[in-house]
Amino acid sequence: MTGPREPVSAAERDPAAQPERTRLAWRRTTLTYAVSLGLAVRAVLTEGAPAAAVAGVALAALAWLGFLAVAHRRIQQMVTERPPRGLTVLQLRGTLASVLTLIVVGVVLL
Amino acid sequence: MIHRLAATLRLWFAPQLIKAEGTTPDYRFSLANERTFLAWVRTALALVAGGIAVDQFLTELRWGMRTTIAIVLLTGAALCALRAVNHWVRCERAMRRGEDLPTSRFPVLLGTGTAVAALTVIVVVAVGWAGK
Repeated sequence: MTGPREPVSAAERDPAAQPERTRLAWRRTTLTYAVSLGLAVRAVLTEGAPAAAVAGVALAALAWLGFLAVAHRRIQQMVTERPPRGLTVLQLRGTLASVLTLIVVGVVLL
Repeated sequence: MIHRLAATLRLWFAPQLIKAEGTTPDYRFSLANERTFLAWVRTALALVAGGIAVDQFLTELRWGMRTTIAIVLLTGAALCALRAVNHWVRCERAMRRGEDLPTSRFPVLLGTGTAVAALTVIVVVAVGWAGK
């Protein structure tokens, strides 16, 4: 019989599949962004799109690159850090900003 | 209610305040919270894709109907994205304080909204075919 377990430090805890699952979740999210962006790109390619729409989609593409950068950074942290640090405010804001950009571009495309 | 809203808003603009509260939870819980956040972000992105797709592919609909559906989907996307951050902040804070995780009506609203939107599209498409 063992007594009450001693508190383990964060580094000793078994991370199990948690970092990997989180890493894959970031991957899935960048892919979902790519699919949505692809639809927006298709919208300006097929119609005689006004300049504002083309500029908007270009901006959304940049936002996607920004989101990829955040995801890449986060994935690197998952791979190298034991334990990985938590989501930072900057990463949270970067994600929100890139998603909101795509939404605004979607409205511009209507 | 107002007080809670004010506290949440303060965290939105200065989320580093979260770290000042309570104790750091098991990082595995934080990672789970992060994945939930990402799942909501994907929901938002899927709604954006839906909004753009409705506008592009349901071209037989009248402009007004098509744009209305697209606007509803895009609005839903914006709400999901904002909620993703809000829920992450609230869960992180609750875990640090050792409180229960926040409950929310948002998933029910989103589910109902999605069902209504899908039914609307079905009816509109069916009526469109019947009219031809």
